[in-house]
Amino acid sequence: MAEPVTSRTVSLEVNGEQIEYDVPTRRLLVHFLRDDLGLTGTHIGCDTGNCGACTVHVDGEAVKSCMLLAVQADGTKVSTVEGLAADGELTALQQAFNEHHALQCGYCTPGMLMSATALLARNPHPTEEDVRYGLQGNICRCTGYVNIVEAVVATGGKG
Amino acid sequence: MMTTVTEQARTLEKGFVGQSIPRKEDNRLVQGQGTFFDDVRRHGMGYVHFVRSPYAHAKIVSIDVSKALELEGVYGTITGDEVAIHTDPFFEMSVEPGGNIKDYALAVGRVRHMGEPVAAVCAATRELARDAAELIEVEYDELAVLVDAQEALKDEVVLHDDAGSNVVWSGVFDWGDVDAALAEADHVVKIDKLHFHRFSSTPLECAGALVEYDKGTGEWTLTCNHQMPGVGAIWMAPALRTGIDKLRFVTHDIGGGFGNKICLHPQYVVLCLMARKLGRPVQWTEWRTDQHTANAHGNERWFLDVEVGVMKDGTMTGFKVKALDDCGAFPRYEPLGCIIWAQVTPGMYGWRNIRVDFTQVCTNKSPVSPNRGYSRMQHLWLTERIIDIVAGELGLDPVEIRKKNYVKTEQMPYETPNGCVYDSGDYSAALDIALELIDAGSIEERRKDAAARGKLLGLGIGSTLDSGTNNFGQSTLLNPELQFSGNNEAASVKLDIFGEVVVTLGTVPQGQGHETTAAQVVADILGCSPDQVNVRRGHDTWFNSHAGFSGTYASQFAFTGLGAVKGAAELVRDEMIQLAAAVLQAPPEAIELSEGFARIKDGPPEAALPFMALGAIVNANNAFLPPEFNPTLNHRYVCRPYFGMVDTEKKTGQLTLTYATQIHAAVVEIDPDTGEVDVVDYAAVDDCGVRINPQIVEGQVHGATAHAIGAALHEDFVYDEAGTLLTANFYDYHVPHAMDMPPLRTGAMESPSPVAPLGAKGMGEGGGGGIHCICSAIQDALRPAGGAIVYDSCNPAHRVWSMLQDPESTRANVSVASK
Repeated sequence: MAEPVTSRTVSLEVNGEQIEYDVPTRRLLVHFLRDDLGLTGTHIGCDTGNCGACTVHVDGEAVKSCMLLAVQADGTKVSTVEGLAADGELTALQQAFNEHHALQCGYCTPGMLMSATALLARNPHPTEEDVRYGLQGNICRCTGYVNIVEAVVATGGKG
Repeated sequence: MMTTVTEQARTLEKGFVGQSIPRKEDNRLVQGQGTFFDDVRRHGMGYVHFVRSPYAHAKIVSIDVSKALELEGVYGTITGDEVAIHTDPFFEMSVEPGGNIKDYALAVGRVRHMGEPVAAVCAATRELARDAAELIEVEYDELAVLVDAQEALKDEVVLHDDAGSNVVWSGVFDWGDVDAALAEADHVVKIDKLHFHRFSSTPLECAGALVEYDKGTGEWTLTCNHQMPGVGAIWMAPALRTGIDKLRFVTHDIGGGFGNKICLHPQYVVLCLMARKLGRPVQWTEWRTDQHTANAHGNERWFLDVEVGVMKDGTMTGFKVKALDDCGAFPRYEPLGCIIWAQVTPGMYGWRNIRVDFTQVCTNKSPVSPNRGYSRMQHLWLTERIIDIVAGELGLDPVEIRKKNYVKTEQMPYETPNGCVYDSGDYSAALDIALELIDAGSIEERRKDAAARGKLLGLGIGSTLDSGTNNFGQSTLLNPELQFSGNNEAASVKLDIFGEVVVTLGTVPQGQGHETTAAQVVADILGCSPDQVNVRRGHDTWFNSHAGFSGTYASQFAFTGLGAVKGAAELVRDEMIQLAAAVLQAPPEAIELSEGFARIKDGPPEAALPFMALGAIVNANNAFLPPEFNPTLNHRYVCRPYFGMVDTEKKTGQLTLTYATQIHAAVVEIDPDTGEVDVVDYAAVDDCGVRINPQIVEGQVHGATAHAIGAALHEDFVYDEAGTLLTANFYDYHVPHAMDMPPLRTGAMESPSPVAPLGAKGMGEGGGGGIHCICSAIQDALRPAGGAIVYDSCNPAHRVWSMLQDPESTRANVSVASK
């Protein structure tokens, strides 16, 4: 019987940069991003896929990176919170988070921003209800969501 | 607009204090450039995983780590036996019997709650550490399990043989003459049993640390998220048989704390031992399930045999209660919860006669730890339950009975029966704002409308105090031998060589925006912009900016934290003025600091020195300064509030200094077929004195409200009879999501504190106002459907449904004896 494969080379684009990496097959995408690539903006808040702190975009879709193995991202385009203001200019959503006090400890914020960015991409002018529905996969323990929802609605309103 | 702010604020002097300037922290945090402890790496570091008990109560027969050590990439292990050899048990705060409990960093010989760490393993990767933990073989011999506090009192099963009893602490607090008050009362309302449940604020970032040991100096550096390092070090250093100077705590950004990151000393001691044993940096990040099973629950409390005296006109004269607190398997920060509630003994009411017979016991559940609203929340929930139950039983209006019995604004400052001083506030006015915000006037109309849709609608009020700035001397009311009293916090401010204003805090922010508010205070004192003020992130023991009680807890940053910042900034300001006066050859009174310059008031434009010049003179170009004038432009200030001593005989004293008010009001709709509760309208009014940054204050109100709504409706740490936690992660422990939160309306008042340095009161805990008002609203909604009495602080659909099916069993809990 052949030895099981325990690592594999993946090739993917992360925040616009092409990467090839030999990664253990059991490694979660979130650990690959954080521990191997040093992209520590993506956070981990639970071990059950509930909290959404680890949300990134894979081929433009918001996904929880703790629910994917790194090898499953082979051949995809991944973007993380570090990629939002890549040119040094905060996005309108990031600015709105600051203006509306939509963050306190900032731990859920990267996941919130990635979910909300994906939401605004498919629905540029969401209502409050759309935003609440769109962000229900992301837990925040500081803000009660009030200002987060306001910030996302306001960003859509400006568009 | 989702948020309505009703301003009743005094006119603030123009300055940065009082303005909602955008937070300085946000720029890094919205870009994923924050640094949380788990983001920090060291060369050659190992990852630690804890082996945890699957049983709630068992003897440890044997632990075999040999298979784990054979695995390639495993660096080493530690077991309870090694901990017992290399460390001493943690210091216990209680008198006997609780004081005899031996609490080590790992289980020694016996486990007392599910999830208790019994061994630790360190390996090259996170995955490998987990694999290795699976290979550690632990043989247990199960023991009988205690999950019920009232059973624990019987001592048939005893958790700690050294204590010989499950009782940690017990004592009677008796102020005024409650027997006479009850005898004279026109009505005595009796409530047999109320239960405040277990939950916690579950910060999104779990606990952890990266620990390095320096063999040459014997020093440990903990890059961590401990929120109270001053006290953490007091626990850890003696256990590690070292000096407090050998422990360097460093925090960066912290992903929420809410009190749940205060009792991390057991795990941290294991990490210290591991780092020393292996001679390499070691890192541990708690898993979510581990946080829920074995870190920090809020205190669970029973209130038994409550008796309340009420006069015909609705005046309440006194009450007595037996409180039974369940602290789980180890006391840790306890028994402080047995006294912290006394900061708010009469709640917001004028009761002068109160007796509380308080007992705390251990059970086979997770240890507790301070949790937002710590211990006062439980007690305030009791006072609010009393008010609503009395109102319901005697046919009194819940608003009127509150207003009649509230401490009045003209009585402020008001001394409570146990010697605490409520510094300022206008509770009736705050209640009026809350009622207006939820349009209470239309409630009967809305009740009818809901009834037409088959729903039960109710209005509830939660009056609550957020007491801030602990007097640690209250610990001596539990144990007169303890050598703690007062409180303190430190900060440093300096003007650096190129004119940089640098502030170092002793506090340990976890999202409260200290960098922003400290910069606002300093900017006003030094005459510059908050953008020019660099407030260093987090806490670092090496900066000498901390004091013995340093940390962020107990609603005190606005008092002690900013008090220290203010004090240090004023020392620097005074020197800047003296220096400018010397250079510009003008009297100091003629100098003003403004817009980043020290200049002569109304003088010519050239009679001005930029901060850069002042910083450069002192730090790099000082030969011309006369020997008798030696400014440093670098000052540390310790804010030490004055409390006086507590009276351990009468159990009285100033237990805390500021009292922020929060009045919450909610409208709920209940589906009688399912018991599902929908919060349809909600308002929270906060009065924390001067608001340094109103937007940050409002954010704290939002957050505390979300915690309370979650706790009141679904967050519950439920144990089965075997002591297994049934809600061990976010699947089963449902915290509010965006869809769960009702629209929140907020209102604000400002009753400046006469005792606080900036008139600002500590705030952010909110005292569980949301729990009180939702319980109140549910009871109101159930009135036409059997009139059940809400007896538990958590009311998920199944409990409400049961109350609808069998209201009588809840009503049997309450009786009234009238003259």
